[in-house]
Amino acid sequence: LNGELKFHYTVHTSLDVVEEKISGVGKALADQRELYLGLLYPTEDYKVYGYVTNSKVKFVIVVDSSNTSLRDNEIRSMFRKLHNSFTDVMCNPFYNPGDPIQSKAFDSIVSTMMVQAC
Amino acid sequence: MADEALFQFLHSEIIQYVNSAETGESENGRCVSKLENMGFRVGQGLIERFTKDTPRFKDELDVMKFICKDFWTSVFKKQIDNLRTNHQGIYVLQDNKFRLLTQLSAGKQYMEHAPKFLAFTCGLVRGALSNLGVKSIVTAEVSVMPACKFQVMIQKM
Repeated sequence: LNGELKFHYTVHTSLDVVEEKISGVGKALADQRELYLGLLYPTEDYKVYGYVTNSKVKFVIVVDSSNTSLRDNEIRSMFRKLHNSFTDVMCNPFYNPGDPIQSKAFDSIVSTMMVQAC
Repeated sequence: MADEALFQFLHSEIIQYVNSAETGESENGRCVSKLENMGFRVGQGLIERFTKDTPRFKDELDVMKFICKDFWTSVFKKQIDNLRTNHQGIYVLQDNKFRLLTQLSAGKQYMEHAPKFLAFTCGLVRGALSNLGVKSIVTAEVSVMPACKFQVMIQKM
């Protein structure tokens, strides 16, 4: 449970970096058009990657620092999968936007992805 | 195209259904807001799907142009014919041949029923904008069928 709290904290602090990136202070216009934000910041133990959809939904992936085999395009494809699954959740008429996601299909896609990344 | 007619028929049935569920003279308002709320939820889901592969929007005008072109085309198979703005948060989207009104009439006969036929679409636009981070109020008016105007008032959050 302590581990989970640490992840929550890491993700929470990364939100500031996300905000900074999408507000695009002093950045070239071309960079801002991409949904994928790349590496947000590296900590001792983790690397944190960000992605923001046009609907202002933020996805954050936290990867162990020791995992050096995970390449940028693999992270990108993970975000695409997340985005696709999230879109399906959004289109489910029984889902109320803003509620925690309870879709089993979504959970299974996320779990499969996490297993593949290890 | 077959799917276009399907949506039009379904839309008409939805209006009939909501209308008959509300009995009484003053219930037109409730009917309209029910339809608008339906449109809102659908708009939220639709915009998620439509903007999945598009680059990030630059600004509010960019968002409105997307609604007028890509969004309108995906839903109604045509673009908005005219977009006007006062650059202070008010946009008027004009559709000269609104798909959901063309089957109704080309004259003045059913003008009083027109608001019901526009409510869902108003909600659709409001829902789409809402999920793009833009809070708004969307209203519509018909002067001569089947042309209509949707007015979007951006609410500063």
